[in-house]
Amino acid sequence: MKRRLSGDCEDSPSSCEGPAESCKRVRQPAEDSGDVLPDWARLPQEMLLHIFQYLPLLDRAFASQVCRGWNEAFHMPELWRCFEFELNQPASSYLKATHPDLIKQIIKRHSNHLQYVSFKVDSSTESAEAACDILSQLVNCSLKTLGLISTARPSFMELPKSHFISALTVVFVNSKSLSSLKIDDTPVDDPSLKVLVANNSDTLKLLKMSSCPHVSPAGILCVADQCHGLRELALNYHLLSDELLLALSSEKHVHLEHLRIDVVSENPGQQFHTIKKSSWDAMVRHSPKFNLVMYFFLYEDEFGPFFRDEIPVTHLYFGRSVSKEVLGRVGMNCPRLVELVVCANGLRPLDEELIRIAERCQHLSAIGLGECEVSCSAFVEFVKMCGRRLSQLSIMEEVLIPDHKYSLDEIHWEVSKHLGRVWFPDMMPTW
Amino acid sequence: MVVNSVHWFRKGLRLHDNPALQEALNGADTVRCVYILDPWFAGSANVGINRWRFLLESLEDLDTSLRKLNSRLFVVRGQPADVFPRLFKEWNVTRLTFEYDSEPYGKERDAAIIKMAQEYGVETLVRNTHTLYSPDRIIEMNNHSPPLTFKRFQAIVNRLELPRKPLPTITQEQMARCRTRILDNHDERYGVPSLEELGFKTFKGDSSHVWKGGETEALERLNKHLDRKAWVANFERPRINAQSLFASPTGLSPYLRFGCLSCRVFYYNLRDLYMKLRRHSSPPLSLFGQLLWREFFYTAATNNPNFDRMEGNPICVQIPWDHNPEALAKWAEGRTGFPWIDAIMTQLRQEGWIHHLARHAVACFLTRGDLWISWESGMKVFEELLLDADWSVNAGSWMWLSCSAFFQQFFHCYCPVGFGRRTDPSGDYIRRYIPKLKDYPNRYIYEPWNAPESVQKEANCIVGVDYPKPMINHAESSRLNIERMKQVYQQLSHYRGLSELKEVLLHKSW
Repeated sequence: MKRRLSGDCEDSPSSCEGPAESCKRVRQPAEDSGDVLPDWARLPQEMLLHIFQYLPLLDRAFASQVCRGWNEAFHMPELWRCFEFELNQPASSYLKATHPDLIKQIIKRHSNHLQYVSFKVDSSTESAEAACDILSQLVNCSLKTLGLISTARPSFMELPKSHFISALTVVFVNSKSLSSLKIDDTPVDDPSLKVLVANNSDTLKLLKMSSCPHVSPAGILCVADQCHGLRELALNYHLLSDELLLALSSEKHVHLEHLRIDVVSENPGQQFHTIKKSSWDAMVRHSPKFNLVMYFFLYEDEFGPFFRDEIPVTHLYFGRSVSKEVLGRVGMNCPRLVELVVCANGLRPLDEELIRIAERCQHLSAIGLGECEVSCSAFVEFVKMCGRRLSQLSIMEEVLIPDHKYSLDEIHWEVSKHLGRVWFPDMMPTW
Repeated sequence: MVVNSVHWFRKGLRLHDNPALQEALNGADTVRCVYILDPWFAGSANVGINRWRFLLESLEDLDTSLRKLNSRLFVVRGQPADVFPRLFKEWNVTRLTFEYDSEPYGKERDAAIIKMAQEYGVETLVRNTHTLYSPDRIIEMNNHSPPLTFKRFQAIVNRLELPRKPLPTITQEQMARCRTRILDNHDERYGVPSLEELGFKTFKGDSSHVWKGGETEALERLNKHLDRKAWVANFERPRINAQSLFASPTGLSPYLRFGCLSCRVFYYNLRDLYMKLRRHSSPPLSLFGQLLWREFFYTAATNNPNFDRMEGNPICVQIPWDHNPEALAKWAEGRTGFPWIDAIMTQLRQEGWIHHLARHAVACFLTRGDLWISWESGMKVFEELLLDADWSVNAGSWMWLSCSAFFQQFFHCYCPVGFGRRTDPSGDYIRRYIPKLKDYPNRYIYEPWNAPESVQKEANCIVGVDYPKPMINHAESSRLNIERMKQVYQQLSHYRGLSELKEVLLHKSW
């Protein structure tokens, strides 16, 4: 990058100039005759802004050291709308952290420009504390998006609850225009949700709060009742209630787009409550296109209350072993199913269950099978029935049991034929 | 002109199918087979006692075989860069031969040695026999980059000619034409060192002698392996059962790694047996699965000096692994509180080999499944303990298993209780390697912490006292970790915004 230190680097104002015009102006020959090289120092701010937006932060920072004009461009508000604070300690992470001086500068010069902010913290409590520290200083922000993301163990949970809540509520109170909030694995509680709702009920569209153990069903119901623009919600099953689903389906409420529910077993043999079919029906009537995503992390014998009635689930993920019987019920009761992932099942073939799913889940387009067994013939039949709607077919090689009709080497041709594209099972190294 | 040859053994510890050694003998007046070893280095290297023992046994075996041919093995103490100038002068060396090493570190070391040899007027001859194919050739055929999916790799291999046929073993006649002058003090100066000399304490009646090193043992095992295949008349990949977990008397992977067995010999023996039993029909590629995985990783690694780390490795996804030495130690030492994991790590430490599905289980547990610790840490533990782990295959496998490379789906997580129980419902594997748990009933042996107090007392093993409590809650960890992986992969596809990525399944790029 050539530098031309032609004395003063003046800003080029005139915001009504288009890029072409700016280029022409910049390309004016300098004092030396015949010199038509562009004068980098005189690039107009809008052009610099446009270019800087393509640069990662570090490169932008280097560029800002070149001259005063570029330094001013570096601090333009538009470049500080989005920021991701990375808070890592060398003892607990291999990744680099956002430099503390940069953090200071941002709080000092740009906190009122920030609109889309996320915090990535590692597993150390210091990192979570640092995040809270920054949050408490964001008094001048009207944030649209806030994300608190643990990249390893959830360190926010190790903070004293009151410390976390007071930092978080600073943002809730001052932003008044929060649209997206991602606070999974944090000690957020019912009162703080009330504060959120009191200040942001008109604007809140997305709320992700899986695994927030201090929230109760009443707390989340308050959110659903007041925030009628809520389109995406993620929470744990214990917060789900018939009332919540009805609140989300009320007339005043917009169409829900996305509901994610995590069903996690705290202790073996845990009992789970049931949701009435009528509540799900109300949801579907109100928001016919919504995605219902369910992640199950249960022991095999805890599935009692689930899949007894029709349920409008679209994306189903079984993170632990799930029995043949339950998969049979899934086939019977999940007509809207689009994606199915089964981590493990066991040693009895899932032939019938898969065929039934192919028959009754007409929208199924993605399936993943881990530690299961399916005979090759049944698998080919399954693929034939689903046909080209299967855009994702992720089957571990060990799942397929060769039989009298097909060997492992033959099966991929058959399946590829029915899918209309080349397909192979997923492989694992065997050495 | 007098030709004095030196053949340098590194891997390729065998006399059969050894073209480089043949070149050493070809028209030579004298020949000396050397192995260079630095005992000082032995202590600090990340190599455990089983691997040293296997190597020393392989060297003894070579020495014994060479004795029958009126020669000996010369184990030279030191580092190659220091040793060779001395030997070149002392022995008037005119020719140096060795087997090609495709690994980046090996290539660098060998380039320096070749250059040095030139300066001493020593001709160098290198032959490629540690792999079936030339990694460079495969890379060339794949548009000058190594295939990063196994299927693509197989497609390329399918288009290649068959690997070169193996050469027979060195004969008396060949050796007779070249002499090796053995000094009286050969054993003192150039003998194979003992484990003690390398700084290891050994005990009488050391039981960990499951895998005996050396070419002789390798060839015997190969015969047994083929006999078993012929008897079973089934070339399908055997499904894992409880018995597979235990070390097999026909297992060959450590012998392939050290080169006690030529991979080409294995290949052709398998191929010939198949064609004999299946009436000359051409064998499918899946028959050579074990060998081809090896080739795949060698090829992927050969031009990538950063293959064994995350930072600076162009094929490795940058994942924010946790740094937790205490948790790592529990895993490495088999103290996780999950009997399935602990038994596997115990077998690994005691014997130096574990079944590939056992490797998947512990690798998943350490990285993306449960502990969220970097695969590099796991790789280093395997490097120390696993007999068949060499640089390329070990690093590549760890990246694969941790979903850090090669476009692996991350949804599939091995349960540290369920997977073990489904593999060996009898629990015999656990009882063998964790004797403390041997009196637990099958119902609780994979999850002793769930056993009622009475059962624990009856089994004389209280969880938390005699055997550790489980170090994590698997349901919770796997839930967290699937989210972490999604976060990482969301960023990869330059996903903007904070709304949920609905799918867990990655879109495959072939």
